[in-house]
Amino acid sequence: MRETTESPQHSHEDQPQTHHERPGFFRRYFWSTDHKIIGSQYLFTGMAMALVGGFTVYAFRMQLAFPGQSVPGWGRVTASDYNALVTTHGSVMIFWVAMPVLIAALGNYLIPLMIGCDDMVFPRINRLSYQLFLISALVLLGSFLVQGGAFGGAWTSYPPLSAKPQYNLTPAGASLWLGAVALEFVAFLLGGINFVTTVMNSRAPGMKMFDIPIVVWMIIIASILFMASVGPLVAGAVMLLFDQLAGTGFFDPAKGGDPVLWQHLFWFFGHPEVYVVMLPAFGIVAEVLTVFSRKKLFAYKTVLYTAVGTGVLSFFVWAHHQFIAGIDPRMANIFSLTTLLISIPVAEMMFVYIATLYGGSIRLATPMLWAIAFIAEFLLGGVTGIFLGSAGSDIYFHDTYFVLAHFHYTFFPIAFISVFAALTHWFPKMYGRLMSETFGKVHFWGTIIPFNFIFIPLFFLGARGDHRRIYDYSNFPDSMRAGMQDLRVLATLSLVVLLAFQVVFLINYFYSIFFGPKAPENPWRANTLEWVAPSPPPHGNFPEGLPNVYRGPYEYSHPDRVEDFWPQNEAG
Amino acid sequence: MSTRPIATTRAVTGIPTGRLAVWWIIASEIVIFGGVLGSYIMHRLGHPEWAHQSIHTNTWAGAFNTLVLLTSSLCAVLAHQAAEEGDGKKAARFLYLTVLGGLTFLTVKGFEWRSEIHHGYTLTSNTFWSFYYMAAGLHGLHVIAGMVLMLFVAADARQGRELQRVENVGLYWHFVDIVWIFLFPLLYIAK
Amino acid sequence: MSETSASLSTGARAHPRHHPSYVRIWAILAILLVVSVTGPFLGIRTVTLITAFGIAIVKAYLVAKYFMHIGLERRFVVYLLVAMLAIMVLMVGGFSPDVMKHDGLRWENVGAKTEVGRGEARANEGAHH
Repeated sequence: MRETTESPQHSHEDQPQTHHERPGFFRRYFWSTDHKIIGSQYLFTGMAMALVGGFTVYAFRMQLAFPGQSVPGWGRVTASDYNALVTTHGSVMIFWVAMPVLIAALGNYLIPLMIGCDDMVFPRINRLSYQLFLISALVLLGSFLVQGGAFGGAWTSYPPLSAKPQYNLTPAGASLWLGAVALEFVAFLLGGINFVTTVMNSRAPGMKMFDIPIVVWMIIIASILFMASVGPLVAGAVMLLFDQLAGTGFFDPAKGGDPVLWQHLFWFFGHPEVYVVMLPAFGIVAEVLTVFSRKKLFAYKTVLYTAVGTGVLSFFVWAHHQFIAGIDPRMANIFSLTTLLISIPVAEMMFVYIATLYGGSIRLATPMLWAIAFIAEFLLGGVTGIFLGSAGSDIYFHDTYFVLAHFHYTFFPIAFISVFAALTHWFPKMYGRLMSETFGKVHFWGTIIPFNFIFIPLFFLGARGDHRRIYDYSNFPDSMRAGMQDLRVLATLSLVVLLAFQVVFLINYFYSIFFGPKAPENPWRANTLEWVAPSPPPHGNFPEGLPNVYRGPYEYSHPDRVEDFWPQNEAG
Repeated sequence: MSTRPIATTRAVTGIPTGRLAVWWIIASEIVIFGGVLGSYIMHRLGHPEWAHQSIHTNTWAGAFNTLVLLTSSLCAVLAHQAAEEGDGKKAARFLYLTVLGGLTFLTVKGFEWRSEIHHGYTLTSNTFWSFYYMAAGLHGLHVIAGMVLMLFVAADARQGRELQRVENVGLYWHFVDIVWIFLFPLLYIAK
Repeated sequence: MSETSASLSTGARAHPRHHPSYVRIWAILAILLVVSVTGPFLGIRTVTLITAFGIAIVKAYLVAKYFMHIGLERRFVVYLLVAMLAIMVLMVGGFSPDVMKHDGLRWENVGAKTEVGRGEARANEGAHH
């Protein structure tokens, strides 16, 4: 059912209502219901948590490279410290950096703009979801201050380690961690419902399903995937909380429970979760690639259907995290098969992206560098997953650094490379100014090169038998064979270099917000609706009236046009 | 507070936005309760040594509560009917009856739990009781949330405002009823 | 923006003039409830399962159809809810070999079986309430 419009250029829904007087500073920036402000709040909170995640990995990698020595900025890393740092790094990066930035920040900021409406359909619930998210971040950080310190049972929180204080030695931290994660889930459920309902119902007149930009589709599919998979883990989290605090035995065999149930509940969510963050990253890359190669996406519908297919398949692969947990070998067969199968749709999307580049008029601006780097680095992550998806080889590789290097070659592109692409690409729209290209390129190379020097050594270390979550390798002679410690040092020093170069980005970003050269409305000459709004968009987004849509988002270099782009809202 | 955005007035799918959102909420709650109930079923079938504890639940209390919730669902749908006719005051009255049903449900449950705890069946007695209190407790929290929401909606409806919310809150309430329809045999009949 | 019955027509689906009386449906549900409670008294396990869970499914269907008007809703809503239920079936199917069963093709969960045995022994020697 379409809304009818009366005039071709703008819909009969008039100017957004702005007849209330301008609210004060606090109302505008801390109590706003405007999706752009809420998106920025998520972004800055995510960036701050990224600093926390980066600091934790710095501290524990210094311990691994120079065992027993005092780490500048932390002191001596004890064994309990190490566990807490590792747990915090993993949890923070996934739940408080990747998800909020990719889905909540970019989704909030871009969705209403890209579908041509003035805000989300539930602005106050939107605000509530951010506030719950902020509280969850504070609860997690607060766990560092309680007796025993932050939770040290790894981000996977397996019982009985996570359930019994005599094992994890961080009883208060364990419950606070669980509470923080649960609160964050509620925030994302609320946010996800907001996004999905908005995109389903509030699109601009004329915007059919296949006119929606891919990044919006991806965020929606990711939100649905999250909603459909988090339920069992919420149930599990309640059970684990009871085990920790009330002495129940849901996961305790001595009381009639089963620890393997937690593993299943966790990974049933945990695997779709990685696609929840992967799909928006792929979406961002699609947007940047098309704009900077002046070419339409090679196969829009293919990308869309494979994304949906990936989402569906992601429900059928979870036990590949449990190959050596003692599961029924017949299950291992099935899950190996499905895991190898799921690489096909993801590879399909990669091929479409490469085909989009082919023959395009490529401009290597900073966002484009990041988008191309995403493809290259994610490829390495993807192919190394094959060794882990096959149950046979996984028996050797499970819990070694090979796994870790694999998922960092996928997660780092997802959580950082695509995010840098997004931030540099949409910065002019968000702030009305341009970032420095020079600083951008310095930051780019200063991130990508060290990144590879961190994780390629870790592949080799894993293949040679290094286990994960070991505090001090000098205790294990097999891990101290020729060259192994050197690889650890190389990885750590490269990490320090990578972290140092992030300063370049922070300077570029915050300096340009206030002092960068002013940006025109559409500096990249792109088609999608967000570039129609002023830079930065005011409250209500489109002061000249909400746009109508006349074509798809990727009509670049169309033969019937003089210009090499064709905005969606231009009639005729 | 601020005026509603234009986005809220659009309905490309043909389903009004509020109702669409409630269906998504129900969808996500299905997997949450499904996780709880699925875990319970699997555990119970694999652990005969505590499964038989289920014999101690009070079937009559459970059955009475089922009837109470069914009746309250009836009141909710009658409230919806009144709202469709534009009669906000009538809708509010039916909503208050629904809330009363919820209160009755919780009161009976309160007595039930008191008696069970008095007999020594607590959260930690064994895993059956852990599941029992957890699942029924989670359901009870949803009942309370539903009651609170209904009071807000009824307050508006009485003044003829936001009548479409009567149906939406009713949908949520029916879902909570359906969860209980499955909890009842799982906890009270399967012995 | 006031939402009175006028705007209820935006997107409200056509209500059939005659729908079964809601009280009638309630009565059917109540009768089904009575049947499900009395089922166990017959003592036959299969009958109890059918009256307990089969009837639960029927009741849920009735509530969904007549109280929630799912039949009048866009088809997509049904697909969404069925998809969620299918995910639950997948979950139980995928978990049960490990969580429910304690042995299978060429494997045996000795630890779990020992605990089950111990639990049963405790239950047998404990006083009956």
